[in-house]
Amino acid sequence: MSVNTPIYLDNHATTPCDPRVAEAMWPYLTQSFGNAASRNHSFGWTAREAVEIAREQIAELLGGDAKEIVFTSGATESDNLAIKGVAKFYESKGKHIITATTEHKAILDSCHALEAEGWEVTYLGVGEDGRISLDELEAAFREDTVLVSIMLANNEIGVIQPIAEIGEKCRARKIIFHCDAVQGLGRIPFDVSEMNVDLVSISAHKMYGPKGIGALWVRRGRPRVRLAPIIDGGGHERGMRSGTLPVHQIVGLGKAAELAREELTNGGIDRVRRLRDKLWTGLQEHLDELYLNGSWEHRLPNNLNVSFAYVEGEAMMMGIKDIACSSGSACTSASLEPSYVLRAMGVDVELAHTSIRFGVGRFTTEEEIDFALDLIVEKVKWLREMSPLYEMVQEGIDLKTIQWTAH
Amino acid sequence: MAYSEKVIDHLENPRNVGSLDRNDPDVGTGMVGAPACGDVMKLQLKINDSGVIEDAKFKTFGCGSAIASSSLITTMVKGQKIEDALAISNADIARELSLPPVKIHCSVLAEDAIKAAISDYQSKKEGE
Repeated sequence: MSVNTPIYLDNHATTPCDPRVAEAMWPYLTQSFGNAASRNHSFGWTAREAVEIAREQIAELLGGDAKEIVFTSGATESDNLAIKGVAKFYESKGKHIITATTEHKAILDSCHALEAEGWEVTYLGVGEDGRISLDELEAAFREDTVLVSIMLANNEIGVIQPIAEIGEKCRARKIIFHCDAVQGLGRIPFDVSEMNVDLVSISAHKMYGPKGIGALWVRRGRPRVRLAPIIDGGGHERGMRSGTLPVHQIVGLGKAAELAREELTNGGIDRVRRLRDKLWTGLQEHLDELYLNGSWEHRLPNNLNVSFAYVEGEAMMMGIKDIACSSGSACTSASLEPSYVLRAMGVDVELAHTSIRFGVGRFTTEEEIDFALDLIVEKVKWLREMSPLYEMVQEGIDLKTIQWTAH
Repeated sequence: MAYSEKVIDHLENPRNVGSLDRNDPDVGTGMVGAPACGDVMKLQLKINDSGVIEDAKFKTFGCGSAIASSSLITTMVKGQKIEDALAISNADIARELSLPPVKIHCSVLAEDAIKAAISDYQSKKEGE
């Protein structure tokens, strides 16, 4: 069977909108276009009803209550609202936050912004498996700690953090726990009660919904979490996020959440895992000197992040241009710095330059994986033939003993 | 990275990939860059007694523009006299490949590789 190229293996960056999601959204752009805040006519009622259904669908995915959903423009806004909103509301209680060095930039930069306003932030390191240490978390707690923010699963390496254990520790100390669950939802089971989380960031476009819509789940009871808004206006979303609700987007997020929940039990995610495993097994059969970045055991079923030693990531991506993927190489970033996540795990900078991230998705086919495998193997061998480093290693030279001319 | 067609062509069809005998007295080897920086170029030049570059081979670990820059310089220096090869500047390479500003360092590295290979050749000759 033939495949259409380029094939998409970058499902951590974004996912295609599921046609069932797009179909559900469509009527809310045209005939049912009402403002959900219009209380006095049927256009408004229809819109409001659609929004409430979406809240239910999201709550079912998370295990929380529909009333606890606050719609936002996406996970970046959700993360900002969680961090800055909690900080502002609780600043009389304390000004200390704990997070991790491998968090998403939306978390890290929100924390940096608070540091400029006098907050103190502890950035937990991670082990070579990419996970934080619970002992280090324990040691980082202070009297004035008001918030802990740790992601469910990392966007680069797919490594899953021990959220339930972190939640338990936070709960025992009455510290608010925020979890950016964007990458994990619909890929692994997640329940707000079992996880002891208080705030959860959600993005639609990472789970086959549209871009431009996300949500923050905010615990309402035992304990009730309060937030100061970062966007002021008409007092929508119980005052936590003003702005006319984008009903069609919300309908899309709701439908995406419903489908994401189904994928966990209807075999969908098992199929994704099998394809990811097939890719990794195949690569290991045909290539030497591959280094898996991050824990295999605690990893999203769709993620593969591998360093192809002696082959620079950008050249690799150009070599396999029929496959859409990402690299942690410096040459693919505007900053010319290799991935901060890989560096935080202690991955050698040399190997960080050779890392490639693959993200298998709901619409990836077996034929695409077979095609990708053949192409990657061929191009890695070709680029290694071109690599002076690979040649030196074949000659038995230890690259660590060479005096390189840094530039 | 949006690259010029020339970069893509050199990357997809690199010229003169390979190695020359580094112990040959007529071969100068230049190795520049560092794995930690994400690019290492090895350029080898075979130079005859009249100072003409008869053959050039490269191997490069690096991004697309690093590979393209090294491939390009092998085609430029072949048949050139040492003085002419030494006169190739990074600006010439960057212009020929229309490198984006963020990739200028790749052309600098390529210029350095030529100089390093010739210097290696010359020190071999002085030692004879």
